[in-house]
Amino acid sequence: MATAIEKCVHCGFCLAACPTYNLLGEEMDSPRGRIYLMKNVLEERLSADDAQPYIDRCLGCMACVPACPSGVEYGDLLVSYRALQEDQRRRPPLDALARKLVIETLPYPRRFRLAAQTGKLSKALTAALPDAFAAMLNLLPAKLPPALPIPPVMPAKGARRGKVALLPGCVQQVLAPEINYAAAQLLAANGVEVHNPPGAGCCGSILLHIGAERQARDIARRNFTQFPADVDAIITTAAGCGSGINDYELLFKSQPDAERATEFSQKVMDFSAYLAELGLRQPAGFEEERRVVYQDACHLLHAQSQHAEPRALLNQIPNLRLLEIADAGMCCGSAGAYNIDQPAIAAQLGQRKIESILAVQPDVIVSANIGCITQLRQQLDRLGNPLPVLHIAEILHQACAD
Amino acid sequence: MMNRGILQALQKIYPADRLLTRDVELLPYESDALTAFNAKPGAVVLPVNEEEIIDTVRLCHQLALPFVARGSGTSLSGGSLPIPEGLTIGLNRLNRIKKIDPLQRIAVVEPGVINLHITEAAQPYGLYYAPDPSSQSICTIGGNIAFNSGGAHCLKYGMTSNHVLAMKVVLADGTVTRFGGESVDGVGIGPDLVGLFVGSEGLFGIALEITVRLMPQPELYQTVLAAYDDLGRAGDAVSMVVASGLLPGAMEIMDRLAIKAAEASVSAGYPDAEALLIVELEGEALQVEAEFEQLLGIIEKSSAIEVRVAQNEEERTRIWKGRKGAFSAVGRLSPDYIVQDGVVPRSRLGEALVEIGALKDKYQLDVANVFHAGDGNLHPLILYDGREAGALERAEALAGEILALCISLGGSITGEHGIGMEKRDYLPAMFSEEEIDIMEGLRRAIDPNEIANRGKMFPGGEAPALSQHGVHPLERAGLISRE
Repeated sequence: MATAIEKCVHCGFCLAACPTYNLLGEEMDSPRGRIYLMKNVLEERLSADDAQPYIDRCLGCMACVPACPSGVEYGDLLVSYRALQEDQRRRPPLDALARKLVIETLPYPRRFRLAAQTGKLSKALTAALPDAFAAMLNLLPAKLPPALPIPPVMPAKGARRGKVALLPGCVQQVLAPEINYAAAQLLAANGVEVHNPPGAGCCGSILLHIGAERQARDIARRNFTQFPADVDAIITTAAGCGSGINDYELLFKSQPDAERATEFSQKVMDFSAYLAELGLRQPAGFEEERRVVYQDACHLLHAQSQHAEPRALLNQIPNLRLLEIADAGMCCGSAGAYNIDQPAIAAQLGQRKIESILAVQPDVIVSANIGCITQLRQQLDRLGNPLPVLHIAEILHQACAD
Repeated sequence: MMNRGILQALQKIYPADRLLTRDVELLPYESDALTAFNAKPGAVVLPVNEEEIIDTVRLCHQLALPFVARGSGTSLSGGSLPIPEGLTIGLNRLNRIKKIDPLQRIAVVEPGVINLHITEAAQPYGLYYAPDPSSQSICTIGGNIAFNSGGAHCLKYGMTSNHVLAMKVVLADGTVTRFGGESVDGVGIGPDLVGLFVGSEGLFGIALEITVRLMPQPELYQTVLAAYDDLGRAGDAVSMVVASGLLPGAMEIMDRLAIKAAEASVSAGYPDAEALLIVELEGEALQVEAEFEQLLGIIEKSSAIEVRVAQNEEERTRIWKGRKGAFSAVGRLSPDYIVQDGVVPRSRLGEALVEIGALKDKYQLDVANVFHAGDGNLHPLILYDGREAGALERAEALAGEILALCISLGGSITGEHGIGMEKRDYLPAMFSEEEIDIMEGLRRAIDPNEIANRGKMFPGGEAPALSQHGVHPLERAGLISRE
């Protein structure tokens, strides 16, 4: 932590990239300001409670990381700081209970499905979540979509070009099972053998994000033995999972299984990155031109540097016209607690994003993260606009269907 | 804590969420981009319109309360360092571009507008705003005016002062007035008051509305990167280009250490060399093409070990990104550093570099060199470790010797970062007593209470504390380590 703080030379280049600084225009709500606050808390010049609102207001979008010339690992800093504070933070009883529910429910699809269906827990859950999942819970559909089971092994169609395993994730498979389904179908159709280990599950990122490090490690460990060793990659369709798994090295530092964790994280690849490297097999494309906006998920663009890959895939589709929007790298505000803790900021970011998108008049919006997808749908609902919002796997699947 | 009466007066102008007084709100404003100094302001206010600024300055004048205007806080000379217990006026929310007039080729902007945003707004009309400080993606036009900011391309187009046509300002005594006019030709009668205000380091007041000149976007760029196995040879190449009569848009040199930092930061793919020279030609296509041939001929004769030409906009951007992020990238090489800013006549560039090399050995500190070679503007970055006893003092002494060297070679103690907090003690080395008297007289004529950016530019005055570095409390407790 000290090294990361020390690396910051206070140059201010991060301010331009930070959504909360852009919106609020205060140093405390900028990356360098937050780093300075963390420094002052650690040096005991400032109480942690005073600094907390500003740290909580950080979206964790990581836009400041590529913007930083000094190479401050802001993400690592934030995760470590949150975990450190979490140990010392005394939460009000209700808050603490809701947090426990989150930890015990979200990472487990069966429990979550049950909780979501009864709907009884959802309110309690949303109150505690400082991340993208809270917004989704808040927006739980009246009825959950039926599960779309994927067979344990899907053989490659035609000549085999690769062999992967699919990381099922947690919340997404309950709320939007069609995403992994489309991804698996598409990969198989493109000559990739897809394994779906029945015992695999949540990667722990959601727990890491709320500072529950120990529980995150426990959940993550369960995956280490589930995947075949000879796959080319373990594929995730959620930007948040990929980015969280990248942090395993930090999460498991000086912990048992550190080596396995690193090995595992090195195997994990985002869906778009893998497929872009492989290339699509002669996609059929669309009959009529389809104007598409690709909404960058922060955890893919900033945390995993994936700018060109998803665009390259979309550009391979005949009759798909890819449109670029203003401020494409700015977070859409889906960082969940925003809708509850900071409704004004979240709404403003969502509004700005949807305005930039609608300005280029797309027929469909595509993203690579369920958090963004949900946020954009909410914004469109507000405007009464029926524009579809799809996961990139879904539109590619549509375009490749014969 | 600020005096209750002053706070009550400020509360009449600002709602609670734009009048910052708690420690947690003030600490992040303690420093700008020169972290060697910090000072906690008594309060920070965040006006959203010019009336609030005027009311605030008038209040400060009335109460003799010192204030500093602050944009994005990117000054490298401590120009926007708060005055202890004074007022910091954050102008970043005044960020509207009020007008772009493509026929007159002007833009009218508020002081908190980010430099690059003017270019972005002018782009659809084929125009841009020329001064390009390295921090252009975040620094504000108000700060650019205060410090007459330059940038890599000022070699050809001049500094901020060459691009500001008119201003509405509130002077430190509360007077609101206009300087200059919208005519691009700069036809004017009487003294050049715009010229007086630009570069005055915030001592005269605050610019409320600024009219800047826009330039037609160059039709063509040719960006050449030449590598040398000796820093002096890169310097000689600059002299050769200048002697040939060419006037490139920019000529920049980076030495080995700076290359290493920039490479670590943006992977610009720079060649492995002792020095890199970046030369950029820009303008009308026909002319640039002819100049390009001439330039390549010169570079060929300059004993470059490798020459690369940017083949597309992406390659050009990457070359510049490495250069523009070089200062901050040095944070990767050293826990602390001082960015120095001095000028030498460009014919004596080689001499200056040899001397700096000798000083480096004398003080046993590393120095990375990044400079606007075309106009002799040096930016040595002095690397030190603040945790080592006496290191900061040695670094400062070295920085001082570099400035003395610049003066002795016939140059200046600042090219573009300004005097600010950092160099106020060097002012007498550069200017005579009479000259400083004139400057102080001018200041007092406008600001009798000396409230605007008090403590900057002129030597002496209340000095905020130098930052102290030491073992981190958590380190002492064995909770963290520096691996």
